[in-house]
This record gives sequence, C-alpha cells and structure tokens, in this order.
Amino acid sequence: MYQAIVVLPLLGAIVAGLIALAGARARFPGEDPPPPGDHPAAPHTEGHAHGAAVAHGDAHGSEAHDENEGHEPSAAGSHLAELVTCTFLVISCVLSWIGFYNVGFGGHDAHIPLFTFITFGDLHSEWTLRIDALTAVMLVVVTTISSLVHIYSIGYMEEDPYKPRFFSYLSFFTFAMLMLVTADNLVQLFFGWEGVGLASYLLIGFWYHKPEANAAAIKAFIVNRIGDFGFSLGIFAVFYLIGAIDFDTIFAQAPGLVGKSFHFLSWNVDALTTVCLLLFMGAMGKSAQFLLHTWLPDAMEGPTPVSALIHAATMVTAGVFMVARLSPLFSLSQDASAFVTFIGGTTAIFAASVALVQNDIKRIIAYSTCSQLGYMFVAMGVGAYSVGMFHLFTHAFFKALLFLGSGSVILAMHHEQDIRRMGGLWNKIPFTFAVMVIGTLALTGFPLTAGFFSKDAIIEADVTTQGAAASYAFVMTTLAAALTSFYSWRLIFKTFLGAPHDRHHYESAHESPKVMLIPLALLAFGSFAAGWPFVQIFMGHGADVFFGTSLKLVEADKIFEETETLPVAIKLAPTIMMLGGLLVAWLFYIRRPDLPEALARDQKPLYEFLLNKWYFDELYDFLFVRPTLWLGRLFWKGGDGFLIDGFGPDGVSARVLDVTRNVVRLQTGYLYHYAFAMLIGVAAAITWFMFAGLR
Amino acid sequence: MIIGLGHYLSVAAIVFTLGVLGIFLNRKNVIIILMSIELILLSVNINLVAFSTFLNDIVGQVYALIVLTVAAAEAAIGLAILVAYFRNRGSIAVEDVNLMKG
Repeated sequence: MYQAIVVLPLLGAIVAGLIALAGARARFPGEDPPPPGDHPAAPHTEGHAHGAAVAHGDAHGSEAHDENEGHEPSAAGSHLAELVTCTFLVISCVLSWIGFYNVGFGGHDAHIPLFTFITFGDLHSEWTLRIDALTAVMLVVVTTISSLVHIYSIGYMEEDPYKPRFFSYLSFFTFAMLMLVTADNLVQLFFGWEGVGLASYLLIGFWYHKPEANAAAIKAFIVNRIGDFGFSLGIFAVFYLIGAIDFDTIFAQAPGLVGKSFHFLSWNVDALTTVCLLLFMGAMGKSAQFLLHTWLPDAMEGPTPVSALIHAATMVTAGVFMVARLSPLFSLSQDASAFVTFIGGTTAIFAASVALVQNDIKRIIAYSTCSQLGYMFVAMGVGAYSVGMFHLFTHAFFKALLFLGSGSVILAMHHEQDIRRMGGLWNKIPFTFAVMVIGTLALTGFPLTAGFFSKDAIIEADVTTQGAAASYAFVMTTLAAALTSFYSWRLIFKTFLGAPHDRHHYESAHESPKVMLIPLALLAFGSFAAGWPFVQIFMGHGADVFFGTSLKLVEADKIFEETETLPVAIKLAPTIMMLGGLLVAWLFYIRRPDLPEALARDQKPLYEFLLNKWYFDELYDFLFVRPTLWLGRLFWKGGDGFLIDGFGPDGVSARVLDVTRNVVRLQTGYLYHYAFAMLIGVAAAITWFMFAGLR
Repeated sequence: MIIGLGHYLSVAAIVFTLGVLGIFLNRKNVIIILMSIELILLSVNINLVAFSTFLNDIVGQVYALIVLTVAAAEAAIGLAILVAYFRNRGSIAVEDVNLMKG
C-alpha cells in the first residue's frame, strides 16, 4: 500500500511526461521547439489549428496577457494527462488517509525495504520507506493538497497549451516530496530534497518564455543550493561522527555525541551543535528562513497552483519536517535549538512586516508563508515538535486555500495581480470571497478555526520555555500575529470590498469554473476541520500516544503541562493582537481610506524600507552578486583574455602569425628586389671565396 | 696619354654598374630592365675584347660574338614575352608586375 502511495505519482508523472513529449514532437516535427513567446501570431504552428486557437482564446474575452500569449491549442492528450495524474493522486491520497489511520491510531509503524541504493565502503544506503506517525501526517498533507491542486489546475491551466508538461511536473514534485517524507536515511532524504528542488525550479520556470520566470527559477535554485551546501556538509559530518546515515542508528548513537567536539582550524567546536546548525542551514534554504528567504517571493512567477502546492503547503515545509524528523538530534543541542528559535522568530516578524506594504496579491501571501514558517521553526526550536507539526498541518490547508483563492481572483481579473487595481469584487465572485475570508480567518487565528489552535499553541510554548531565544520568539510571534491579521485583512478589504479601482476589470470579472471551486470548498472545510479534531493528537498526552517514538517529546510534555496553568492574559494575547490587527485594517481600508497614504507619506523612510523588503535584494546584490560578477569579469578579461589568449596557446600562435606576416612582406613580387637580392648574394659569395678561398 | 687595359676595364665596370643600377633603381618600365641587361652584357663584351687584345688571344673576341648572338636572341624573346604580357595585363609598368607578392 505504501509503495503505491509513493509510486503512483511517479507513474502519473511518467505518463503525462510521455504525452508531453509526444505532443512536442507533433507540434514541432523534426526541429527544436522555438520558444512560444517569440511568435505571438503563431504562424509556425499548424495552420489549421491556428483559427481554433484564436477562437479559444477569445471565448473568455481575454486580452493579450503574458501567460498564454500565442493562443496555441492545447497539446494533444491533455485530457488524458489530466485524468491519469489526478486519478493516481486521488488514489494515493485515499491510501494515505488509510495509512494515517493505521499508523497513528493503530500504531502499525511500517518499515519497508525496497532495494539497495548505495553500498560503498562503510556507507550503506537503502531505499526504505519509513512510515511512522510523523511520516503519516506528512503523507496526508502532501497527497491531499497535491490532489486538490491537481484538480484545481485542470480549471486554472485551461488556456495553457502545455498542460501535459505541467501535470507531469506536478506529479513528479509529489513523488519527490513523498520520497522525502518517507526517507529512512539522510541520503534518501537528500534525494527527495533535491527532487523537490528540481521540481520547484521547473515549475517556477514553467512559462519559460518570461524572463522574470526564468530569473526567479534560477534564483530559487541557487539560494537553495546555498542551503543544500550546509545540509550536505551536515550529512557528511553525521557520517564522520557516527559512521552511518540511517535514522535509527543516528538516533541511537546521538546521546553519546554530547560533549564531543570537532577540531577545526585551531578551534574546538561542539560536534552536535555544528551538525545541527549545518543541517538547519539546509532547512533555512528550503523553508525560506531569514537570510535565505529571498527566493520565495520571486518564486511567485510560477503558476498559482504551483505556488499553492510547492511554495506554501508542502515543499517549503520540508525544512520543518527535517528538523522534526531529526528532533532526537536537535533536542540534544541547546545552542542549535536556540538558534532555530531565534531565526524562526526573526523570520516571523520580518516577513510579516514586509507583507504589510506589498501590493502583489501573491507576494503578500508568499511573505505570509515565510512568516508562518518562522512560527513553525519557533515551535521546533523550543522543543514543541508536535506543535510545529500541527501548525504545518493546519497551515497547509489554509495557505493552499488562500493561494488557490487568490488564483481564482487572478483568473477573474484576467491575470491582474495588483490589489490596488481590484476592489469591490465580493459580489462578482462571492464564492471566492467566502473561501478567502475563511482562509484569512484561519491564518489570523480566529477562534475555532484551524490556525487558532496551532498558532496559539506555538505562542504559548514560547512563554513556557526558559531562555532568551524563547522570550525573544514570544515577543516576535505575538507582534507578528498582529501584523499577520493586519496584512491579511488589508488583502481582503482592498481586493473584495470598497469601490472598484479598475472599472474595466471589475465589469468583466467572472467566477471560476466548478472544477476550481470544489477544491476551494474542500480546503475551506479543511481550514476548520484540520484544527479542533486534531488538537488531541498533536498536543498534550495524546501526542505521546500518537507520535510514539517518531518525535522527541520530552520537552514538549513539560510545555503542555505548563500551558495548562498559564495566566489568562497570555492565553488571550494572540487573539487580542489578532483583533487589534483586524480593527486597524478596518480603520485603514474601510473607515478612513486616506489614512494609509498619509501614514506612508509621514513615515516615508520606514515605508520605503518595508516596500523594498528591507533592501535584502539590494544588499545581496551588493555583497554577493556584484563581487561575483566582478570576479568573473576579472577571470574572463584578465585570466582568459589577457593571460591565456596573450601568452597561452593562442598567444603563441599569434606570435607565429606575426613573424610569418613579416616574412611574407619580404616577397614584394618586384623583379628588381629579387635581382638585388641575387646580386647581394653573388657579391657575398664572391667576397667570401676571395678571402676564405685564398687561405 | 696611352690608353691601357685599366681604362678599358674602368669603362666596362662603369657600364656594368650603370646596368645593375638601371635594373634596381628603375621604377617605370620593364623595357628599361631589358636594356639594362643589354648594358651588362655589353660591359662583359668590352672586358672580353679588351683582354683578348692585350693577351693576343683571339678566343676572347670569338666569345664576344657568341655573347652578342645570345644577347640578340634574349632581347627577341624578352620583347616577345613583354608584348604577350602587355596584351594580358594591359600594363608593363614595373610597379604592376608583382604577381609573386606574398
């Protein structure tokens, strides 16, 4: 059964990929496919299909926008690809829920060896599916969100000519993510880790004729490589210290590592802390934490379903999952855990502050994702691993809902993403409005929604934990709760309420097709249902029973006990913050719409600072990109151009050419020059014979 | 003043030098080069005849006649080549005769 969960998406990806290949072949027989953006009129495609494509594009009265310019017809077999991938995903999803029940409540952990991956010296890596409660939670999250996103994409990608390729990538991503969460050793985890990175790259750059999409894809890839550098160093360090990479051995040996130290460059560093920090570096990259977050907002160039699946619900939570999976390691290192808490808290407040002033609907939600990931890491850092997993679980539902809802808005507005040009949409697209409000309620932690339980639990866990990092995180997450509420409601108010800012767009807005609304409805249901029914298994003593040995919950138990006795004021703090944010947003965007502008004018430096995302892109440009470019230019101009071409092989050949060019000039072609040379030669010969011959 | 062998040789040397310089310093016409070659041959003839007279050996003068014959033949062939060249290239200026330029 578990094999089927993992392999079915791969099968779907392969089938859809073959259809995409066949389609590409039919489209461009005998030549490399030119980028579709080059020929908006598409004269190079089959002439007979062209008319149909134009009619198809006009059916929605859509203007020429960058997402489906060219109005090419859908690739052949699109429906087959959709059908196959969606069916396989839904089957996989159903099996995951069964597995969730079996593992979580039946306690039937599974350990399924498939075959050997690498055997080299002391290194043994097997393909093994490790199904315990932690994996089961992730399986449910991944397959549920993924199958809903697959179904939603049928509607959202309706006009795109390259659907088989899209669905193939989506299914491939799901497969890689499932490999990641079912990994039994670090190398297998790393395989899935890189697999989702690849899928993310491919899907961000799905519209590869858009330069911004390509740039964003490359940026995501490179920033993730920085994290992966640390991650792989961490894996090496684990292998160096323990001599094995499978989780059971690592966890068994980990307590023996306490107090050991590395000798590195004449200082001793604590081995366990180093390992955890290196591994956490990978998590920072993948989960877009502070300092390595810059790729996530740019990744919004990809199609919206991709943002929902990869950059909100699943892939970016891989870092959180990894820390949870390695909780027996992290719980042993106080310093590393404090660092995790610190980074999480910083990310939470940083991303929330940036989201306050952004105007792109998807970017606001992207920063929100970043901020919520910070919450999860805070929970991981203070040792409340199950609480972090709870937030991961609930967040997947409501953030996917928000993204897919914003996708519905974007489609209704004909690919307009700027919330300043929206407004008053609530009666045009009432269903989308309703689900977006539900998603926002859940995100801001409105009582009884899913987010309420998980987010409050994180903030309470901060209070009960000793240490400066936890206190810092408490202040940051509580403040971020207010900011979260403000920017979320700002999004709702500016998009759906108030007067329409763009009459034309407003008039032509239309509700999305049913195939998109049903996944939205299910996710909206999940935004409530993922909360209260699961409180017992993620928190309190239920967590011990549910997670068993898959999480290290010693700290957490203490936290759960202490949260019972917290003062009411602290228990209410997040809710009060949330209501405060809502009130301010209401004041700013409904009651007194002139206030935000006045504030932006008065606090111009602050506003600019936030609008430019704390100038991180500029800072990195200055610190890394420019010096790298400078170095590259130096090697190119100085190393290659001057040294190699000047003195290397090219230089030698150039000198030879110079010499021959001079020699050639001797051959003037004038008769008298030759005659003169002969005369000189004869004179010289005679002179020589006269003097030398006499001797 | 008695005209001795030295005088004859001097004249021959001057004519020879004129011929050589005529070849090298001439920038105008290929015909002048042919004429310069004739001058060189003539200077050789002067030498031959002068030595023949002063050494009382008739072979030198016979040889001078052979040289004259060869010079005439050479002039005929040279001029013929020149005419053919002019027909082909439309110019016999020395500057233009540089097909062998590298």
